[in-house]
Amino acid sequence: MSIAAAELKKTPLNAAHRALNAKMVDFGGWDMPVQYPSGIIAEHEAVRTKAGLFDVSHMGEIRVKGPGALALVEHLTPNAVSKLEIGQVHYTAFLYENGTFVDDLLVYREGEQEFLLVVNASNSDKDFAWVQQHAKGFDCAVVNESDATGQIALQGPLAESILQPLTRTPLAPIGYYFFTHGEVAGIRCLISRTGYTGEDGFELYCAAGDTERLWNAVMAAGRPQGLMPAGLGCRNTLRLECKMALYGHEIDDTTNALEAGLAWIVKLDKGDFIGRAALLAVKAAPAPRKLVGFRTLEKRDIARDHMPVVRDGKPIGYVTSAAPSPTCGFNLGLAYVPTDLAKVGGRIQVEIRGRAVDAEIIPTPFYKRQK
Amino acid sequence: MFPADLKYTKDHEWLKPLGDGTALVGITHYAQDALGDVVFVDLPDAGESFGAGEEFGTVESVKTVSELNMPSAAEILEVNAALADHPEAVNEDPYGKGWMVKVHLKGALADGLLDAAAYEALVSAESH
Repeated sequence: MSIAAAELKKTPLNAAHRALNAKMVDFGGWDMPVQYPSGIIAEHEAVRTKAGLFDVSHMGEIRVKGPGALALVEHLTPNAVSKLEIGQVHYTAFLYENGTFVDDLLVYREGEQEFLLVVNASNSDKDFAWVQQHAKGFDCAVVNESDATGQIALQGPLAESILQPLTRTPLAPIGYYFFTHGEVAGIRCLISRTGYTGEDGFELYCAAGDTERLWNAVMAAGRPQGLMPAGLGCRNTLRLECKMALYGHEIDDTTNALEAGLAWIVKLDKGDFIGRAALLAVKAAPAPRKLVGFRTLEKRDIARDHMPVVRDGKPIGYVTSAAPSPTCGFNLGLAYVPTDLAKVGGRIQVEIRGRAVDAEIIPTPFYKRQK
Repeated sequence: MFPADLKYTKDHEWLKPLGDGTALVGITHYAQDALGDVVFVDLPDAGESFGAGEEFGTVESVKTVSELNMPSAAEILEVNAALADHPEAVNEDPYGKGWMVKVHLKGALADGLLDAAAYEALVSAESH
């Protein structure tokens, strides 16, 4: 085990997590904290009611800059990049020609012709190669800044009140999915009002070497208000309650953006982009399946990722993500099911360790914050 | 962390002989720590019998599920009904309030059960 552990990549906060007695796991080749001693439920509740601080330095950052940058990012992604203001960010994807996912990502518009693309850690190398491969013929530079960049996410209703004393940058005017540059605790940061938890919050990007100082400063400022370090375990339950997609689960190279419920990031009328022709065909035909939210009816029936959805004992779909929900108090999940079954209030069956159990299709997101 | 009066399995269950042919069974501190927050414990009915190593239930945490294997051949006398409303007892007190079943042992204790020192060595090897 020690040999395998030595091969895992480490974020700049690895020592900080160990000092906090985090439980570390192999997360897509990264040595990451799944939880701290307080546990997933306490961390989840802290984010919903106060605030939690996540290390997301494993995420990949790719900068695209130059006269052809806008055209390249428009070509690579289905969302309308030209509609982004400088200082605005949106959720989007890299798609294959057949409309399935290379990855999902955030696009930050840093300038007229400068974009920061933030991608999943486990796909970072694949994504960088994908962007480079398609950049030929576009007049722009593509730089992988992943190793040079640290990132922490301060999430929860108290995020702004914890962060504001640490920066001269006024935070209240930064709208949801907007960002700016400023200093936090004397450290140059990209301050982004974004997150993966369904709560208000900020994602702070900084130089890798400054990450631990930034983490410590935010932690110290927030602890009196109830801020807790939060691991990947609660990051998953938080995003699942809000039906935010996770690559390798709801979306991958076998699922397309429309059936995943992500039509809102696909702007078919914006001009050509990779995957557009395939998605036009998908849209024109009846959808064979849809992603739905469900809850199992019995407390003991806890569905898990990748379990089959069955009808008369035969697999007709699969669970993409599922868990007991700390906020909702019942067992929920997301699943691909045939379109004729994909109606709120309808019943499906999930096979849990050989036993077909009843589940009800319910509205999503399962949780929505009060604004 | 490793009470001396218990016997342990390689799968991280413990068995506590009570001296009258009965025993309590639960999961170890190491097991509860690896699982994280326990949210449900699925246990059999009294009267059911299980061979050594046979699955007798499951323990579900927020992030995963684990089988419970019977340390030694036994019949279920009683299950810990308090776990239905307080599954977190498995995390908070795995060798006490977090016990799972009380059993009547059948025959001699299974070969291969570990004493506290041997189990501690096993856990030490797994976590380093």
